[in-house]
Amino acid sequence: MSDSSDTEKAVAAHAGSGKDDSMEKQKAMTADHFRALTRAREEGKKVVYTFVPGNLTELMHAFDVLPVYPEINALQSAMRQRSAQFIGEAERSGHSEDVCTYVKCDLGMIKNGNIGPTGEKLPPPDLLLLSYTGCFTFMKWFELLRQEYDCPVVMLHTPYQSEGRVTDNMRQYMVDQLRNEVIPAFERLTGKTYDEDRLRECLRKSARAEDDMVAVLESAKHRPSPIDAYFGGVYYIGPMFTAFRGTDAAVDYYSTLRREIDARVAQGLGPITPEGEMGPERYRLVVEGPPNWTSFREFWRMFAEEGAVVVASSYTKVGGVYDLGFRHDPEHPLETLADYCLGCYTNRSLPQRIDLLEQYMNDYSADGLLINSVKSCNSFSAGQLLILRQIEARTGLAGGFIETDLVDPRYFSAANVKNRIESYLQMIDQKRQQRRQSLGGSGGSPPPPGSTPLFSPGAEGQP
Amino acid sequence: MSGTLKVHVGVDLGSTTTKAVVLDTSGEILGRGITNSRSNYALASEIAREEARVSARFALLDRALAADDLLATDADRFRNRLLTLFRQRQHVTQLGRLREVSLAEAHADRVKHIRDGLLGRLRDIFDALERDANAPSIETMLASEKRSSDFFRDRAGSAFSRLAEASGASCSGAGGSSVCGEGKRTHVTFDDLMGIFDKAIIQVENTPIDLTFEGNIRDALDACTHGLPEALRERFRRAVDTVVGRSIEEVRTVGTGYGRQTLPFDRRDVRSEILCHGLGAHRQFPTTRTVLDIGGQDTKAIQVDGSGIVTSFQMNDRCAAGCGRYLGYIADEMSLGVHELGPLAMKSTRRVKISSTCTVFAGAELRDRLSLGDRREDILAGLHRAIILRAMALLARSGGIEETFTFTGGVANNAAAVKALRQLVQENYGERTLNISPGSIYTGALGAALFAQRGEDDEARPGQEVAA
Repeated sequence: MSDSSDTEKAVAAHAGSGKDDSMEKQKAMTADHFRALTRAREEGKKVVYTFVPGNLTELMHAFDVLPVYPEINALQSAMRQRSAQFIGEAERSGHSEDVCTYVKCDLGMIKNGNIGPTGEKLPPPDLLLLSYTGCFTFMKWFELLRQEYDCPVVMLHTPYQSEGRVTDNMRQYMVDQLRNEVIPAFERLTGKTYDEDRLRECLRKSARAEDDMVAVLESAKHRPSPIDAYFGGVYYIGPMFTAFRGTDAAVDYYSTLRREIDARVAQGLGPITPEGEMGPERYRLVVEGPPNWTSFREFWRMFAEEGAVVVASSYTKVGGVYDLGFRHDPEHPLETLADYCLGCYTNRSLPQRIDLLEQYMNDYSADGLLINSVKSCNSFSAGQLLILRQIEARTGLAGGFIETDLVDPRYFSAANVKNRIESYLQMIDQKRQQRRQSLGGSGGSPPPPGSTPLFSPGAEGQP
Repeated sequence: MSGTLKVHVGVDLGSTTTKAVVLDTSGEILGRGITNSRSNYALASEIAREEARVSARFALLDRALAADDLLATDADRFRNRLLTLFRQRQHVTQLGRLREVSLAEAHADRVKHIRDGLLGRLRDIFDALERDANAPSIETMLASEKRSSDFFRDRAGSAFSRLAEASGASCSGAGGSSVCGEGKRTHVTFDDLMGIFDKAIIQVENTPIDLTFEGNIRDALDACTHGLPEALRERFRRAVDTVVGRSIEEVRTVGTGYGRQTLPFDRRDVRSEILCHGLGAHRQFPTTRTVLDIGGQDTKAIQVDGSGIVTSFQMNDRCAAGCGRYLGYIADEMSLGVHELGPLAMKSTRRVKISSTCTVFAGAELRDRLSLGDRREDILAGLHRAIILRAMALLARSGGIEETFTFTGGVANNAAAVKALRQLVQENYGERTLNISPGSIYTGALGAALFAQRGEDDEARPGQEVAA
């Protein structure tokens, strides 16, 4: 999500004349973090490996420990074209082709010296914080890491929202785990006493940055959208979903980013892509599912070349569905951490996911829902065809389905994916044309370009 | 019949074959053409279009003959014989080119040690091929309904190989000089000859050659009307001249298919084959709601509405298991033509259960089964069912099979695949009407031609509207 990959450089290069300060800030934040990790041992800092969905970053900051996110390492490896080798090594050591490729990529990276995205060696974990949020594989993953590192594991179990809501019991169950399991584990690890005021301070900063991030994501309601909320979105969520939530750096980053995006809105500009400013916005899509990381830039180009912009995506909610109103609340520190974990996208039931996607289709005046079904991730992929059918039925808009993988390049067929994307977009064209004809050639055209928000559910693109 | 005839053309550049369809302004199919896809996609596309133009000119000739009271009385017989002789002219033209290129290839350095022998053998083979090409038997073959799926490469290749084997290869491994003829004397082997053929046919296929109606019809007409009274010959000549003189304007051509990105068309004139198959199938069978297309590289399950507009689709992922190409590999393994697989599978009495349709391991699967003692027809029946099972999964994912279901693509011509499909549809969905057009292979090209006909006005892309 935040690295020095070619894609990022290209995006930054096209941002033009140093205007895109946010990108520079994100790069600097990332570099600082990895530098700190490299020096953790000598500076006596403890290192905790944990997962993105339902992470307890503010609590970790309150204890002054440094987080490492193996999922992020895996996707970074893929963007640096290293994942094929790492996955191959994991498979040679006995992991089946069907195992999640994030896991195998991470294990392969460890076998290859655990070199992080900045080229520096990552320190081994002092603690594995297993934040279990909607992904069963997380447990198996950290079992493997425990075997590798022989370090303690503390588990935070997040109950699945099977009934489609968070109950007081669920919240209390999590607060109890935090109070009785997780915080004592951090105290043992660091020798420090839990400082709730410090946690509150971090949570206050989180909420400020969250406001700005939501504003950025919701800017896609404008036409043209100033951002791509999927391919560009993964950069925007980077600091929030990883090591920086609750820090001054994140507050600064998101206020800067928001200013930049506001300026794009004011100028009526569309998104910046790795190839430069995107051409006219022709299609507005909602995308469900994670992106492919091995061919990230090529994948993006397939959309951008057709004038397809992603206006909302579920993947950018795996680390928190902030646009539904949740903000970290410093007044109720442990309860708010519980609510945060419980609310992550992958912890939501299928009906909740369908409702959310339908809401995106309406709020963002989308032309259709496209699902990128990844081979690796059952948490995402199970039920996606059901989601597609439901959204088609509810909105009357076109649904599309493509298949790739997270970080295994063997599961990305460019010709096949391109064929499906083109077919899907042409299907949207046909539907529009049909609608125009049924409207007798009037009223079917999208409104002219500009910066007018389209909040009206009766606007173009609706059934 | 005069003036310019405006037509719309659709080209479907598939991984195995390239098809073209010509529509007249009323939307009637005027002509269809097909050729094997080759390394030069642009040329494959042009040849398919030329074939479709030829076919369109013959359709115009039908109209001209029907309009002449005298000629109309025996129009069909005349037209069919003329078409056969026209095909013969095309065949002879290509054979002449193949001869030239083959003889030139025999001058290459790598074969200089056998040059004289090679030249001699090639001349003998081509003399024989040309004799055959002008013999009455070729007319029977060219007049066959199935000719359209029998390309020059295949016809010339099988005849060349038969002649090369007949003398040149007979000495390999044979003992006595009495058995070995020219092959031993010149040291030219079967492989030498086929090596020349392989190099030459690629060049012949990838360089333009005049196969047009205008360029070949007069010779064919002379032969066709030979012996008739001069007045009648003149009357036929006039009918043909009217057709030759008619200019055909291709108002718009839309391309589709696996290789569509490589077609020399504007981006606006390229359509996804999924949309084209949907629209083409709807045109063939207007009540159709579900379309299955099994092509060379991919299988598509498509749902369309009452106007032929695609509402949902699914296709195979990066793995081409169970697609047409898979049958191609199986045919190669069995040393059969693809078209022979279906009929052989239909002879099965005890279908073998096959679980894998992996194209990469097709040969291994087949050899395993043969080594277990299974019969070829039973294995093939199992393979066809496995292919259709995979297609059934895609159909289910696309939304199931609605009443009135159409099967398109080359595999729809395979009786064993159709049989398996009927059984599985019945088992999973109950009674459904299954349509297969005799021109199923042209469905994608037909859809593309229909898109071409829809004109530019109603296809303005939303981007243009936004920019307006």
